[in-house]
Amino acid sequence: MMAFAPPARHLLRAKDLADARYAEPLGVEEMAAAAGLSRAHFSREFRRAFGESPHSYLLTRRLERAAALLRNTDRSVAEICLDVGLTSVGSFTTSFKRNFGKTPTAYRASFPPASAWAVVPGCVVRANARPRKRTFREDKPPAGS
Amino acid sequence: MKIGSAQLWVQDQEEALKFWTEKVGFEVRADVTMPEMGDFRWLTVSPPGQEDVSVVLMAVPGEPIIDPATQEQIRDLAAKGFAGTVFLVTDDCRADYERLAANGVEFTEAPEERPYGIDAGFRDPSGNAIRLTQVAMSFNA
Repeated sequence: MMAFAPPARHLLRAKDLADARYAEPLGVEEMAAAAGLSRAHFSREFRRAFGESPHSYLLTRRLERAAALLRNTDRSVAEICLDVGLTSVGSFTTSFKRNFGKTPTAYRASFPPASAWAVVPGCVVRANARPRKRTFREDKPPAGS
Repeated sequence: MKIGSAQLWVQDQEEALKFWTEKVGFEVRADVTMPEMGDFRWLTVSPPGQEDVSVVLMAVPGEPIIDPATQEQIRDLAAKGFAGTVFLVTDDCRADYERLAANGVEFTEAPEERPYGIDAGFRDPSGNAIRLTQVAMSFNA
């Protein structure tokens, strides 16, 4: 038999679901199901427990993840929008700007490029960064061929 | 000075005990009920092989120790996941994840690579967060 759990314990499951599966096509409906409540009742109770609507919690989790991807990867804004479970690049840009004060592109530009942080092993750098010889005669096809 | 025990608020000691011993694989270090203290139950668990440090599975005390409104606040805080976190370390995060998940543990995060190692997260039945980290060798040095 399950011991008594305060109602907030079920709301926490919905919050955990948003944190874990923000990348999937997840909405308030699925969060309500995780808490075992009807959607309207769930939204009211979630807000009472955590001080914001489930929609806002899920969206800000997605935007937080998107900001990290903008800082740490060189993926395009459209890719990142999809990576965090959003489908419209237009609404993503609008929400992002409202929350971070800058468009995704301007936000990214305000940080060092992601390549500055990437830990690429020295052997990979040596193998890939070597310039191809361009100035020697032997690169040219033999005369008359 | 050393750490002996640290406490977690639990909603139900019996449920917490089953969770930590049967699902996580910890062992009971102390389980004593004291009638002269209003049946206060001192219940501690820790991993096999680590007997000198334990987690106290602490029930929220009733009156006169804590008034009903505060009892409610503590239970609510734990249920919301804000009452505390236990940070566990392991040699094999993925293997532990497989074992605990098979036992029905509610994972909030599957094992993921981080700069400091591999870690995962789960909750106890009360709502407390537990991290499970396999610290990268380079971070130990």
